[in-house]
Amino acid sequence: MKLLDNIKNIPDKISVDTLKERAVAIKNAIPKPTARKEKKEEKKEEIPSDSLKCPSCEKIIEKKALGKLKICPECGKLFRMNAKDRIKIIADKDSFKEMDINMEADNPLNFPDYSAKIKGLQEKTGLKDAVKTGICTIGGYKCLIGVMDSGFMMGSMGSVVGEKLTRLFEYGTEHKLPVVIFTCSGGARMQEGIVSLMQMAKVSAAVAKHSEAGQLYVTVLTDPTTGGVTASFAMLGDIILAEPKTLIGFAGRRVIEQTIKQKLPDEFQTSEFLLEHGFVDAIVEREKLQDTLATILKLHNCKKEVEE
Amino acid sequence: MPAYDNVRIARKITRPTALDYIEHIFEDFVELHGDRNFRDDKAVVGGIASLNGIPVTVLGVQKGKTMEENIERNFGQPHPEGYRKALRLMYQAEKFHRPIINFINTSGAYPGLGAEERGQGEAIARNLMVMANLKTPTISVIIGEGGSGGALALAVTDRVWMLENSVYAVLSPEGFASILWKDAKRAEEAADLMKITAADLLEMGIIEKVIKEVDGGCQNDFGFTANLMKAKLETELEILMSKDIDTLLKERYDRFRGFGVFKE
Repeated sequence: MKLLDNIKNIPDKISVDTLKERAVAIKNAIPKPTARKEKKEEKKEEIPSDSLKCPSCEKIIEKKALGKLKICPECGKLFRMNAKDRIKIIADKDSFKEMDINMEADNPLNFPDYSAKIKGLQEKTGLKDAVKTGICTIGGYKCLIGVMDSGFMMGSMGSVVGEKLTRLFEYGTEHKLPVVIFTCSGGARMQEGIVSLMQMAKVSAAVAKHSEAGQLYVTVLTDPTTGGVTASFAMLGDIILAEPKTLIGFAGRRVIEQTIKQKLPDEFQTSEFLLEHGFVDAIVEREKLQDTLATILKLHNCKKEVEE
Repeated sequence: MPAYDNVRIARKITRPTALDYIEHIFEDFVELHGDRNFRDDKAVVGGIASLNGIPVTVLGVQKGKTMEENIERNFGQPHPEGYRKALRLMYQAEKFHRPIINFINTSGAYPGLGAEERGQGEAIARNLMVMANLKTPTISVIIGEGGSGGALALAVTDRVWMLENSVYAVLSPEGFASILWKDAKRAEEAADLMKITAADLLEMGIIEKVIKEVDGGCQNDFGFTANLMKAKLETELEILMSKDIDTLLKERYDRFRGFGVFKE
């Protein structure tokens, strides 16, 4: 408003000084994009290799101080977890048996550099693609689990993610097993074009069959869950849980701001925002996730795996 | 011809809209409004009508042909309530054993504050899941732009067809270029790489049929394309309606189940 007032209400006769004053007022009213610049400059500051800087409280923290839950000891910020670490804190010890271990991306559009990019990431991350799927027990209850990994092309969904999840649901339908999925994704994988869009329909159709067979499906939305993943299996759980302060949405914040030409509030598209608007069942602290999932499985009469 | 030429034709403001096809192809169209929950989204039109004596449910994403109409129709970008209106009418079609015919023409689901508050992602997801299992024959035709999840939310059907100059893509070429190369100006280059034309998608097996348009686009001879479409819809509905529901649903599942290219 201040900015507009200064531009609009200019009288016909106006002194140079008043004009100058107004110019200064206008300049001050325009939000300064300084925050980002400052951050870039700060990058120069030295961080030891066994430490990192918390993006929330900006304190330098020893990596091992994050613990297996990957939580900042200073401010409680949840760091993103890779699939391997996530499975460690959710599945009972040594219970996880991975499925479709060797499945990897092909290149349906012959997209330039896609195959090389996949290969490079496979070497860097030790993952074949952006999701691990398998069978495990949680608190003793047998279930199928899928965990997306944002370290692999931002957890984007192409054919491999779509196929592995579809097979997981089909296995669950056939063997009457519940499915738990940890979502974490930027959305569809652009390099696979329309084929990646079709994965949304493919997985959703498999969820439908699993649901019709009376089986339980729980999603846990973790940071970030956006785009085509939000608009398909992430939002289809019988029960939808989310970690605190997680980014969850369909369209990207920048696209929305450009479309509606206004700035969005900070809490927009957080798990708290979705809870308030009725799109998640509960926000669960990371340390309580395993127990909460075990309780949910128990209340759905899921089978307790008996030690042989 | 470069793929981006199709994009230009598909986006022409004079391009025939969903309501143009609905009015030309069907008789006794009764438009039905609202999602029974929040409001009536004018970017989505729907209702009941007759195709040569067969009652059907028709749905469409509706663009305008003037600025005024486009503002009213939100430029054919549905909100969640638009998808939920479509869902309500599809459930209704299932109840009364009516086939469903969808006309799709959207650059995408609307990216807005209210749309996110009311669960744009959930609305699209719900449609994908329900449509996969809807116990009645379904056909969708992409008549202009088929933009991403916002188009797919009406296209999980037994048959998916495209008009010759329509496009169907995971994202607009502009969005694609800006995500991958941080440069929306490379949209024409992106369009060629993305395989978004009816001919490309037919070859890839993503769609079953391409409906011809006259040179320059169907706005130059609407009757030609609309009559062709009507004839094809009649033939195809007869085929789909002769199948028992279990076969229909299995074939629909397999249709989408087969999409994906990977190694193992």
